[in-house]
Amino acid sequence: MTTAVITQKLDARGLNCPMPIVKTAIAIKTMASGELLEVLATDPGAVKDFAAWSKSTGHPIVEQSTDEGVYRFVIEKK
Amino acid sequence: MDEPLNLVLFSGTDDKLQAAAVLTAGAAALGRPVHVFLQYWALDAFRADRIGRDHGLAPEAGPEGRKAVDDLRAAGQASWAETMRTAKELGDVDIEACSLSMDLLHLEPSDLDPLVDGVEGVTAFFLNAEKGQVVFI
Repeated sequence: MTTAVITQKLDARGLNCPMPIVKTAIAIKTMASGELLEVLATDPGAVKDFAAWSKSTGHPIVEQSTDEGVYRFVIEKK
Repeated sequence: MDEPLNLVLFSGTDDKLQAAAVLTAGAAALGRPVHVFLQYWALDAFRADRIGRDHGLAPEAGPEGRKAVDDLRAAGQASWAETMRTAKELGDVDIEACSLSMDLLHLEPSDLDPLVDGVEGVTAFFLNAEKGQVVFI
């Protein structure tokens, strides 16, 4: 279902709040504009947290899905 | 979201310091500057020779709370000190010791963990706080 080429992957499954967001923010800093980061997370707050982080920082979530308690986000570095 | 988050940490128990570390890291991830002001028992917990120790929990935790905290830690949750360190790597996080509390506890800057950036008084803290919220834990 992935339509774009993922540049970097981050497995944040099992990490508690706020580590999925913190590690995402760290990963994004190392990337170039337009590159895509795929994040997997299981933190129950992930959907709202990633939406809020994306809105605040301006890095759009271009794909999002949920599979058996694992949330998957693809974020584009602005 | 450029207004700083200003945290005054008073309590030195692991649960309250963990809550503070989560707020710090979350704000840093959003690009907000964070100023942390360490007073009393929170400052004591940042002593270089004590930071890795068990600092106990708030009284309301009880035995059930103790177990819940231990279980989360055993599942791999980062300690508050590690979370603070990660937040400092990520963003603009300044941790200052309250000068009054330094006197109270008979501490020198060299007694503190390297996470602590310096010593300041409450006036400097408020000046740096600008228009951001001040949260007391």
